Amino acid sequence: MNIVVAIKHIPSLADELEVNDEGTNLDYDMVDFVLNEFDEQAIEQAVLVKEASGGAVTVVGVDVIEELDGVLHTALAKGADKAVKIVGDLEPGIDSHTHARWLADAIKEMDADIILTGVQAADDLDGQIGPMLAAHLDMPYLGVVTGVEVAHRVATLYKEYAGGMMGKYAVSLPLVVGVQAATKPPRYAPISKIRQIAKTAVIEEIEVDDDGPGAAVMLRKMSPPVSTGHANMLPGDAEAVAEKIIAIIKERGLL
Amino acid sequence: MSNDIFVVTECLDGKVSDISYEMVGKAKELAAASGGQAVAVMLGSDMAEQAGTFASDATIYVDDPALAHFNPEAYGKVVEALAAARSPRLTMFGSTSMGMDMAAWLSVKAERPLIAYVNSLSAEGDELVATSQVYAGKMAAECVPEGESAIVTVLAGAFSVEAGQGGMAVEQIAAPVPLDGLKTRFVEMIMPAAGDIDITAQEKLVAVGRGIGSEDNVELAEELAEALDAAVAASRPITDAGWLPKTRQVGKSGLAVKPKLYLMLGISGAPEHLEGMKDSSLIIAINTDENAPIFDVAHYGTTEDLFDVAEAMLELLE
Repeated sequence: MNIVVAIKHIPSLADELEVNDEGTNLDYDMVDFVLNEFDEQAIEQAVLVKEASGGAVTVVGVDVIEELDGVLHTALAKGADKAVKIVGDLEPGIDSHTHARWLADAIKEMDADIILTGVQAADDLDGQIGPMLAAHLDMPYLGVVTGVEVAHRVATLYKEYAGGMMGKYAVSLPLVVGVQAATKPPRYAPISKIRQIAKTAVIEEIEVDDDGPGAAVMLRKMSPPVSTGHANMLPGDAEAVAEKIIAIIKERGLL
Repeated sequence: MSNDIFVVTECLDGKVSDISYEMVGKAKELAAASGGQAVAVMLGSDMAEQAGTFASDATIYVDDPALAHFNPEAYGKVVEALAAARSPRLTMFGSTSMGMDMAAWLSVKAERPLIAYVNSLSAEGDELVATSQVYAGKMAAECVPEGESAIVTVLAGAFSVEAGQGGMAVEQIAAPVPLDGLKTRFVEMIMPAAGDIDITAQEKLVAVGRGIGSEDNVELAEELAEALDAAVAASRPITDAGWLPKTRQVGKSGLAVKPKLYLMLGISGAPEHLEGMKDSSLIIAINTDENAPIFDVAHYGTTEDLFDVAEAMLELLE
């Protein structure tokens, strides 16, 4: 079984985000890039499927700022078998539609049985890549998934809904899955193992050079959201704050 | 291209989700400005009654046994066919488990631009302006879609529920495309485990988030809850880690609560969590990060250490 994981390298939310001088996008010089957290779940789910049902895991991503190798080495250390990066004369800010088109073109050559990707990413301004991959590859899609089992060419999937409800689905391979959370928390890859792999691993490269259709969305302005209100911050040390909180609760007749 | 606005509504377990009414209300306002109709689209089986609860200008209800439960393959095909036939200027989906499965797929299939995570929509002349909450709500991106027809996914709670509620005549139709040979099959709906307390029925909740640090510390929250005669709720990372049962999770994939007191220990306020608790009568947030989004929503807040405050409260209450 060919298991493919499509990943996105996106601006890190750990640091304060800054806007460019024109106020139309992020100042990409000021941000670090990290693996989309949901893609980390997708990688874990892919390795779990491989361990349970056999197969090989290929991880593929667009190398937006030429720093994807570390992410791919980590994926290999966690149990992926092959890593592929899409390269070219690229600039940060590549939209989801372009990501999906390039990834789909690469995946078409992989004879994939199941494609896993993060259900969403923080930079998905023009939508999530999972359903787009499904549209390009003419496969069914199911997202917000928290469990995947594969047997006899059928994937059993658990999809989250509001209110703690969970839908169980059976989908014939091949398909695309948008992973919300893997069945188990992502495993840890020791840094020594990642370093070892970095020395020997071969990352396949696919060159892109095109002006195909993108998001077709004009970004007019980007700024931190204007907050409509702010909490009344309670003054004093922990004890004073505790006293005040209890007083407020009592005022409302709740104690 | 028509000036109509399609709203793809949703039903979960036989009940219309609030996001559907929220979108219909907004669609009506936009359609009135552009001279089109707000068209609610509902897919299902034996759900004509629910389809008649919208304040839309028109409602199309597609009835087919294959649509009884959400199936992105079947639903996608039907919405694609309807949109192709009636050419709406805008198609709205919820930024939900259902809407997210369809919107980006339709965007590629129908070659229409998509703007996701939208919490503000307006018409400026012929242009549609949508604001997308990207980077987990840390940035607001004001966007204009190119071309004559666009798609948006709308965040829950962005617009009024009441404006979309009403009763309109329903045009019931059969599926406009054949729905046999689907590769996706809905098997069953698994309901949340019963037996635990129902946090939606509690007057007072003490909610714990990532800031609580470890499973052992959850006990402190439980003690504080007991002293306040409250129950303990949690944000997603806590139930994902297994520190509290899933039945205690508040937010997008958990439960929506509206208690008289929502006391938050170490929750930063991701949009997914806010969706489930923002209507609580009294929200008090304890979080050391002064920039945490929760302070935009809470009524009272403190950046004092949550353990110090919780222990001091316990002492005072005893």
